[in-house]
Amino acid sequence: MVELQPLGTAGRGDAVPSLLSAYVALVRSRLSAQMVYRGSFAFEVGAQFGIGFVDFAEIYVVFHQVSSLGGFSFAEVAMMFALTTCAFSMADMFVGHIDGLPNYVRTGQFDAMLLRPLSALGQLVTSDFSLRRLGRAMTGLLVLGAALVFTDIDWTPARLLLLVITPVAGCAIFCAIFVAAAAVSFWLVEGTEFANAFTYGGNYLASLPFTIFHVAVQRFFTFVIPAAFVAYLPTLALLGRKDPTGLPGWLCWSGPVAALIAAAAARLLWRNGLHHYVGAGS
Amino acid sequence: MIVEVERLRRDFVVRHKTSRFGRSRDVVTAVADVTFGINAGECLGYIGANGAGKSTTVKMLMGIRGPTSGRVQVCGLEPVRERTVLARRVGAVFGQRSQLWWDLPLTDSFRLLGAIHRMPDRAWQARLQECADLLDMHEFLTTPVRQLSLGQRMRGEVTAALLHSPELLLLDEPTIGLDIVSKERLRGFLAEERSERGTTVLLATHDLSDIERLSDRIIVIDHGRLAFDGTLPALVSRVGASRVLVVDLVEPGPPLDDIPNTTLQSVEADGLRQHLAFRAEETSAATVIAAVTARVELRDLAITEPAIEDVVRRLYLSPHQDPQ
Repeated sequence: MVELQPLGTAGRGDAVPSLLSAYVALVRSRLSAQMVYRGSFAFEVGAQFGIGFVDFAEIYVVFHQVSSLGGFSFAEVAMMFALTTCAFSMADMFVGHIDGLPNYVRTGQFDAMLLRPLSALGQLVTSDFSLRRLGRAMTGLLVLGAALVFTDIDWTPARLLLLVITPVAGCAIFCAIFVAAAAVSFWLVEGTEFANAFTYGGNYLASLPFTIFHVAVQRFFTFVIPAAFVAYLPTLALLGRKDPTGLPGWLCWSGPVAALIAAAAARLLWRNGLHHYVGAGS
Repeated sequence: MIVEVERLRRDFVVRHKTSRFGRSRDVVTAVADVTFGINAGECLGYIGANGAGKSTTVKMLMGIRGPTSGRVQVCGLEPVRERTVLARRVGAVFGQRSQLWWDLPLTDSFRLLGAIHRMPDRAWQARLQECADLLDMHEFLTTPVRQLSLGQRMRGEVTAALLHSPELLLLDEPTIGLDIVSKERLRGFLAEERSERGTTVLLATHDLSDIERLSDRIIVIDHGRLAFDGTLPALVSRVGASRVLVVDLVEPGPPLDDIPNTTLQSVEADGLRQHLAFRAEETSAATVIAAVTARVELRDLAITEPAIEDVVRRLYLSPHQDPQ
């Protein structure tokens, strides 16, 4: 006889567990699976931390040759890099594994998820949780701290609030891009590369001052894929500078709104993609 | 009726590469205008060769594929639109796909499924205890799923599908790849589950011994079309398969070629053993035996039922007719 030990998850005793506790149980099972090999886990966190600094070194090398990039100083560009890294690594941790969707579809695991009384997207998001990405987020926070010391910001309560909200909104924007890219793979069977262009590509782009790109590129990554709201536009607002291409000042403060719109668009795209996959009534 | 399917059809679009830039588009029909129903408490055998459209039908019943046309209603719900509501009332086993978590011990998979189905701990634990007793699973409940044998894993899969006590259980090839002992244990358990709880079962299989053991009614699907809907004896008489009476005589006798309503199939050992084929709808085994014993003295006798594989093969070979 196997002893069924009392459990920390879900419904204790006779209590009917909530919907949230179902997801909590799923995430906890993933976390405990990662923690089985503590040494390996610590190494992975360290590696992610290191990779973040290698990325940062790229910017350092550029500034070894020039004193400003697109009209921004080293510390200012470092701030954009840091805000992007924080946002992206968190998004990658929460939903990044959703890019495995084509694989789940191929192996039939996605159909197994559809057999359960939970949303398919909710199950995909909770099917993994890469805690090691915290290492990358730590790099972002360290660089952000340093950049704040070396930039001259006229602090107001509004700017302080913006600084706190920006990584959260940026994280939401990247989450939306991840979900939208996964949704596209319902139509494109070999869509992973295409999806990566927008997720990892978006990460790279968002960490740079937009002034170095052609205006058309800037507009596309502002109004179609809202990467500009992750770091570039909020940094302008923090520094109290105007967008050289003439975007209105209020847009620099609109990260959260952009995040909400992106989330709604991603949700719509996901629903359509799932509908296409199931093939209902077409 | 717990399942109602009306003129259900599902097409798939298959794209072929014809030249460097050319693509052609073929429509393949997996399920073609199938109509049937399942009453509560029934066990319906859904048989057909591989690729006949069984899995596609099961997926449409669960709402993980939508019909191209036609109507499907399960537990009074529309599967695709109300998928998550339906998932609480239906359980499914896909023989070749796992619903368990590969890297977790079996018990942890059940714990997660309990949470997913929002069952109080006490409820899923009681149900697990019950299934584990009947399926003899206690010794491997703490083993990670990836280390289980196929037979052990399949017992886990069936328990996973039944943990939330569904009204309808959909089984797609549940005994595929299992050895005879495991198959028999699973069939015994499913029979028990039905008689205890009145669970409605749809059993899609190409293993006909599953059907003989469990089903009251059979549907045969062939190339996406419904080829037969009825009982096993009705199927046997429809294709005209014969039962065979094998008699061993006390001493060699003349060929018994004039017993009414029978045909003498073969004579062995100079007439010591004779095979008489007869059709169930024309005469009964008792009549034939009486007619034989009136002629010769018997030492032993046996009746061979038609092999169900043979019955289905004949159905496939016979020209397409409307069901029934």
